Amino acid sequence: MAYSDKVIDHYSNPKNVGTLDKSKTNVGTGLVGAPECGDVMRLQIEVDEETGVIADAKFKTFGCGSAIASSSLATEWLKGKTVDQALSIDNMDIVEELNLPPVKIHCSVLAEDAIKAAINDYRVKNGMPALELEEKKH
Amino acid sequence: MELKLPIYLDNNATTPMDPRVLEAMLPYFVEKFGNAASRNHSFGWVAEEAVDYAREQVAKLINADPKEIIFTSGATESDNLALKGVFEMYASKGNHIITATTEHKAVLDTCKHIEKIGGQVTYLEVNPEGLIDLQELENAITDKTILIAIMYGNNEIGVIQPVREISAIARKHGVLFFTDATQAVGKIPVDVQADGIDLMAFSGHKMYGPKGVGALYVRRKNPRVKVTAQMDGGGHERGMRSGTMNVPAIVGLGKACELCMNEMEAEAKRLSIMRDRLENALLELEEAYVNGSKEHRLPHVSNISFKYVEGEGLMMGFNKNIALSSGSACTSASLEPSYVLKALGLGDDLAHSSLRFGLGRFTTDEQIDYTINAIKETVLKLREMSPLWEMFKEGIDLNTIEWAHH
Repeated sequence: MAYSDKVIDHYSNPKNVGTLDKSKTNVGTGLVGAPECGDVMRLQIEVDEETGVIADAKFKTFGCGSAIASSSLATEWLKGKTVDQALSIDNMDIVEELNLPPVKIHCSVLAEDAIKAAINDYRVKNGMPALELEEKKH
Repeated sequence: MELKLPIYLDNNATTPMDPRVLEAMLPYFVEKFGNAASRNHSFGWVAEEAVDYAREQVAKLINADPKEIIFTSGATESDNLALKGVFEMYASKGNHIITATTEHKAVLDTCKHIEKIGGQVTYLEVNPEGLIDLQELENAITDKTILIAIMYGNNEIGVIQPVREISAIARKHGVLFFTDATQAVGKIPVDVQADGIDLMAFSGHKMYGPKGVGALYVRRKNPRVKVTAQMDGGGHERGMRSGTMNVPAIVGLGKACELCMNEMEAEAKRLSIMRDRLENALLELEEAYVNGSKEHRLPHVSNISFKYVEGEGLMMGFNKNIALSSGSACTSASLEPSYVLKALGLGDDLAHSSLRFGLGRFTTDEQIDYTINAIKETVLKLREMSPLWEMFKEGIDLNTIEWAHH
C-alpha cells in the first residue's frame, strides 16, 4: 500500500513530538489504544488559563505511519484552538486531510479519541465534569 | 561497487530469478514450444526430453528417483494435492491428519477444508522456539491417523523442525509423513531418503527459479505412496496431476535445482555469516529479540522484534530503500499480527514489532551494512516518538496499565 505524500511528510518530519508536564493543572493528557492492537497514542494539550486557548500540544505515538501522521496532524490543529473548538475536530477531517485509505481509518478515530481524552483530563483536573464521549467504531 | 537501491531482503516471499535459469528457459518459449505429451513428432519429443532432464535435476537435489517428482504450479498446489490427495486415497484407512499451528496457510487452510468434508485434524502447538514436541506428536497418533504434515523450515522465523525424528515416529506407527519444504529445498541439504519423507512440496520461485512452477515428491518405494488427483484431465504426471506441462517453467525449476545443488553449501555458509552479522548488529539495540530457535534455523533467515516500536511504522522509515516483511498486523488486511509469532507465545505487542529478514543469493555485504544503519537509526527515531518507550524508560510496567482495547 502506498502512503499519501502528507502521511509521508508527517512521518518524516513529525510536528510536536514530546512530553508536557502532566502534573500541571493546565495540561490535559490522553492515552488511547493498546500495545496489543498495534497502536498507542498519547496526546497532551497545555491550555492558557486566561484565554482558554490551547497554547501547546505534544504527542508520542506507537504505531504505523498513518497513526503517527494522524497524531502529528492533530497536534497541529489543536494549537490555537479553544478547548471547545478542539472538540469539534472530527476523525473524518483527518482522513480527508491525510488521504487515509479505509484500512487506516481507525488511526484517525484513535487520534480523535486522544484529543477528547486529553480534553476530558483537562476538564476533570479543573473541576469540570467529563464529557460523555460517543463510542466510535475502531 | 556503488550500492544500488532498493535492497531486497524479502527472499522468503520470493527470490529473484537467477539469470542462468532464464537462459535455460528461453529456448522453450518460441523455438522449442512443443507439448511434452505429443508423442508422435519431434516438437513433442524435444519438450518431453527437456521435462525429463528437469525431472532428473530436481530429483537429484533431494535424492529422489525422477519418477517420484510430480510437477505442479507451485507449493500451494503441491500442499493441496498432498493433503487432499492422501485424505481421499487413504479414506478407507482413516481420516485423521496431524499438523502444527505454525504451518503455512496453504497447509492450514487445506486442513480446514478437509475438516469440513469429514476429516479430523490435530493442530500441534509449538514451544517458544517454534519447535513441535515429539512426544505430543506421538501421543496425537490414533488408529485413524493417515498423515503427519509438518513443515521443514518455517517461512516467517526460519525454524527447522526435527524432520528425521518426526519421520521415525510416522514410520513406527505406519503413518505417512508429508513436509512442506518450500523454504528449505535448495537452501539446506534435504534428502528424502535420509529424512524419511513420504511426500514433499516445494516451489521454483523460492530458489531462484520462475514463479508458477513447483513439485510434489511422492515416494514410490517403502512405502509406495499414492495421492488422488485433484486436477483431472489427460492423465499427466502418472495420473496424479493432469494439465499440459509448463515446459519453460519446468526447465527453469530444473536448472534452479541444479544451481542450488552445486552452490548450496558455499551459499549457505556465506549467508549465515552475513545473517549473523546483521542480527548481532541489530541486537546491540536495547530490547531487541530474535524470534524462534537460533540453533535450528535456516541460514538466511532472521526474525527480530524491536520492542516499543511498531513494525509497519518501522518499515516506513526505510521501505523506499529496503524491502522487508513484518509480522505487524498493519501489513495485512486482517489487522491481526502474525499467527506464527503468536504461536511462539509472543504477546501481540512483540508480534507487532517484528521484522523478517530473508537474505538471498544476491545479497551483498554493502547491503547488509546499509540495512544495519538504516534500521538502527529508524528504531531509535521511533522510540523517541513512542509513548511506550518513554514509559519503559521511566520504569512503568506496561502490563499494569489498563489499555482501552478496541
